[in-house]
Amino acid sequence: MNFDYDEDQRALADTVQRFVAKDYGFEKRNAILGSNAGWSREVWQGLADLGVLALNIDDEHGGLGYGPVETGLVMRAFGAGLLLEPYLASAVIAPALIRRCLPAKRNSRHAEPASAEFCFEWLPRIAAGESIVVLAHTDARGETVTETKGRLSGRKAVVAHGACADLLLVSARLADSSIGLFAVAPDASGVTLRDYPTLDGQHAADIVLTDVAAVKLGAGETATKAIDAALDIGLAALCAEAVGIMEATVAATTEYLKTRQQFGQPIGRFQALQHRMADMLMHQEQARSMSYLAALHCTDENQTARQRALSAAKVTVGQACRFVAQNAVQLHGGMGMTEELIVSHWFKRLTTIEMLFGDTDYHLQRFTALSQPVARAA
Amino acid sequence: MDLNFSPEESAFREEVRQFVKDKLPSHIRDKVMNGESLTRDDHVLWQKTLHVRGWGGPGWPKEFGGPGWTPTESYIFDEECAKGCAPRLISFGLKMIAPVLMAFGSPAQQQRFLPKIMSAEEWWCQGYSEPGAGSDLASVKTRAVREGDYYIVNGQKTWTTLGQHADWIFCLVRTDPEVKAQRGISFLLIDMKTPGVSVRPIITLDGAHEVNEVWLEDVKVPIENLIGEENKGWTYAKFLLGHERTNIAGIGIAKRELARLKRIAEAEGKLDEPLFAARLAQVEIDLMALEITNLRVLSAEHAKKAPGPEASLLKIKGTEIQQNIAELMMQAAGPYALPYKQPDVGPDYATHLGTGYCNLRKLSIFGGSNEIQKNIISQMILGL
Repeated sequence: MNFDYDEDQRALADTVQRFVAKDYGFEKRNAILGSNAGWSREVWQGLADLGVLALNIDDEHGGLGYGPVETGLVMRAFGAGLLLEPYLASAVIAPALIRRCLPAKRNSRHAEPASAEFCFEWLPRIAAGESIVVLAHTDARGETVTETKGRLSGRKAVVAHGACADLLLVSARLADSSIGLFAVAPDASGVTLRDYPTLDGQHAADIVLTDVAAVKLGAGETATKAIDAALDIGLAALCAEAVGIMEATVAATTEYLKTRQQFGQPIGRFQALQHRMADMLMHQEQARSMSYLAALHCTDENQTARQRALSAAKVTVGQACRFVAQNAVQLHGGMGMTEELIVSHWFKRLTTIEMLFGDTDYHLQRFTALSQPVARAA
Repeated sequence: MDLNFSPEESAFREEVRQFVKDKLPSHIRDKVMNGESLTRDDHVLWQKTLHVRGWGGPGWPKEFGGPGWTPTESYIFDEECAKGCAPRLISFGLKMIAPVLMAFGSPAQQQRFLPKIMSAEEWWCQGYSEPGAGSDLASVKTRAVREGDYYIVNGQKTWTTLGQHADWIFCLVRTDPEVKAQRGISFLLIDMKTPGVSVRPIITLDGAHEVNEVWLEDVKVPIENLIGEENKGWTYAKFLLGHERTNIAGIGIAKRELARLKRIAEAEGKLDEPLFAARLAQVEIDLMALEITNLRVLSAEHAKKAPGPEASLLKIKGTEIQQNIAELMMQAAGPYALPYKQPDVGPDYATHLGTGYCNLRKLSIFGGSNEIQKNIISQMILGL
């Protein structure tokens, strides 16, 4: 048992932390935030040059073949800098999904040749930063995306970074009511895409599909399992991002309490605020513990054990997100309410994270459901 | 990054588990499992059993007769003993005065006292709190005045846990009333049989006799029972408070009680109630997180990293979790948690749930109240 990172991992963390500190300062981020696209291709290329876009892609497909622990380190560093680029969507979730839907080896006996080609076509491009691939999974209420004879219709809601995708991976209900996963070109005929910023400054899109041509990547259990697995890997990465933001937020709030003077003394002398600070730190530490658990369990084969651990992690992290975000703004007083301080931006991303990949209530319920047989047996 | 225990550690866990299963008398196990209070004999019997096995001083280094375990092994030992429903070790001797003796005691004191702690021949209690010195411990007023080869001690200690069983008490006493509070304190070991020592029970809200007042009236204490130097007692007291980090969270006890909660909830059909099930899930998740936080602290201890605010975090979260579990158990049992000391009314498992809930309110008060722990945390991060 150890909680240390090896030399390789520390070097990776250093690299990304330096990148965030040097090339992703608050002003630079604000400029990107104010741009139409809401993300920077230059930054994306910079990340490709660092190699971090290749992290989750195996070497066979032009990647580095790292895992969730390294991804967590990178996400934690990005968290502090509030990266606006589609790292989680394209460099973490999409590769996990493609690899799980499609055969590993080009000449594998069980492989459908067209599918293997798909891996070799897209994974190296993701790794090199040439293409952005995004999963569009959540249906708009009452507008489920369905497949008929290889063509998709319906509407996907709030697809993270949908508008910057060069390829969309779209889940759809098949005629036999199982789930299929399809590749859709965003510029295909019948795709209407509405791009907008979300609360946290990142971009998302609603995507309306009207009889759109699509390539089937997987169906039935293969597709559902692949989507679940990719989302679980994404959830673990999201937890790490949240921890990075909380660490930055707690540190900044600590500093503010030491320097802000009222009643002739630093406000950190007041016990009401001290105890709030202690509570924030405890939330942060419990969330950090659970982000480790999430990273180490997000690739478990046993789905029940895996999702139970991930739900527990998301509950802890989600509650910590809310508590740390709200109290950081509270302890910064009026200044916490302004756009001028990064604290309010951390607040908005933490608020968003709590709601992504299932909110606290959803995961508390899922944990309960997954625990029931265990509880009965105890 | 690896959350798994080593094969050696897992084998050790298995060994402890088997030992507890084989050697713990069933009447003691049943009492612990059902939250009943234990007698002095129960505690002594278990301590002697451990001592025979060479585990009488868990956490002690080899040079003092301990097994020389790593912090992780001590943690595993505590967890398995708790899960196997063994009595909680009487920490006042084993985990409080013993480390102080090892660090600051004279060789004569070490030889005199340590072996009998391990063999359960002598029972220790703690003389820290006073009526006017609770959270503000440095304001202790019990006075020790040097007269020849003795200190003459006068004062009153309180909240003395299991003092009714004790042979010895370690006390913070004031030897210099003229200087700043922390500077004039000394650390004395007092034989409870000395004339002038009297113990009076305090009955707590659950009707139990766990804590006591200890009155000291012209008690003659030989000067060789002073630990370290006169007026340096506060240093030793602080060392003691910061010493125990590996088991402060009580993970093993919480796991055992969570399993008990699930059995009761199952029997009462509460698992199908969404609100109850959500509260149960919440406490289980909190415990999962705390277990990993505890393992992180252990891991840092192995690496000899300087302690931060984590001992306080473990204390706060660990006690909150145990209190939550006790609260949920009482609620799960419903009305039959209410009959007071009536073992023949309602289901067996319900008998001690009301009083158990009441009793565990102590957890967030003792050992440095949870508010004091938050002061410590903010002191460490803010330094104001």
